[in-house]
Amino acid sequence: MYDFNYRKATSADDAVKTVTSASEGKFMSGGMTLIPTLKQRLAKPSDVVDLATVPGLAGISVSGKMLVIGAMTRHAVVNGSADVKKAIPALAKLAGLIGDPQVRNRGTIGGSVANSDPAADYPAAVIGLGATIHTNKRTIAADSYFKGIFETALEAGELITKFEFPIPDRAGYMKFPNPASRYAVVGVFVAKTGGTVRVGVTGAGPCAFRVPEMEKALAANFAPAAVEAIKVSPNGLNSDIHASAEYRAHLVTVMAKRAVAEAAG
Amino acid sequence: MPTVTMTVNGKKMSAECENRTLLVQFLREKQGLTGTHVGCDTTQCGACVVHIDGLPVKSCTTLAVQNEGAKIVTIEGLAKDGKLHPMQEMFREHHALQCGFCTPGMVMAAIGIVDRHKGEPTLAEKTVRHELEGNFCRCTGYHNIVKAIMAAFPLMKG
Repeated sequence: MYDFNYRKATSADDAVKTVTSASEGKFMSGGMTLIPTLKQRLAKPSDVVDLATVPGLAGISVSGKMLVIGAMTRHAVVNGSADVKKAIPALAKLAGLIGDPQVRNRGTIGGSVANSDPAADYPAAVIGLGATIHTNKRTIAADSYFKGIFETALEAGELITKFEFPIPDRAGYMKFPNPASRYAVVGVFVAKTGGTVRVGVTGAGPCAFRVPEMEKALAANFAPAAVEAIKVSPNGLNSDIHASAEYRAHLVTVMAKRAVAEAAG
Repeated sequence: MPTVTMTVNGKKMSAECENRTLLVQFLREKQGLTGTHVGCDTTQCGACVVHIDGLPVKSCTTLAVQNEGAKIVTIEGLAKDGKLHPMQEMFREHHALQCGFCTPGMVMAAIGIVDRHKGEPTLAEKTVRHELEGNFCRCTGYHNIVKAIMAAFPLMKG
């Protein structure tokens, strides 16, 4: 690891100011991705700004039909939250599938979504639930947030502060985890709200995406059989030693079926 | 270099270190607390688990400077007045170690498992196995580790 300047931010504004005035500033939330990246010398920030000391960035609340989760909320907290379990149990479950208990005690939802690892779990829920991402300067709809591999709509120095998740009637999340890393080879988040269904997929492509054909079929018939015959194209999907693009495409259908079964059950 | 101060096993400890110094290096190299092990250094094996403010965390993936003012408990801080912690005692009783390299992290993670389920009447073996997902025993000695944790549960519940 190369050395860097380290600063504990005192507020969101202070964090943004420090990152933007540094030659290469980086926010650090839980550090569960950043620190391994630094160890491998895949990044060489001049300044690391710790968000753990910023008041008000962590916390969970329900307001009407919205579940609000602060960016610095740890996975273990989302997993164990009575509010999340009641409002969107599939989201609590998803948080409990990330990494391992020790990682979940540090990793945060904001860090995960800001990083947009193609195999991270939260992006499936952000897309599948149609969340709104709040930053220090604006709000971003989930559909216009994910841009590519590790690429998002966030601008340099833009900081996620919280997420608003519309509470669906029912939702399910299923993933095929890599047996070593627990990252999603493919994960599918399905949510039904009234007559509308959203299907968010992670792991399969460069970033999380929706499957409109499945959404249409599920809106007409919310049952596993509705998506059984719907295949996504392997074109442009991820292909590595863990799974070929064709296998990932196959898994999207299988995980979607299981997610619907979970949501319907 | 910054000076970092934290409470380790009930004692206030200060040392100079670089910003990039990991907590596990701080404990091992600056404080001589070599009970916390470095297995993989990639957040996978769990040999470096310590408790930070009561929660088990992988100390190879947090910086010492992040933990300024924190309360850290390492494997060295478990025994009290020459008496082993119930989890250590059960690891001994059930021979829950072979080479012993993973043991400090296993014990710290195991206490975390019991802490999370203390309010429940029983602890299922399936839960224990699942929640050990972040700790590797390369001797593959998991069966006795699971037995030890199951045996420690009623003792720690009190």
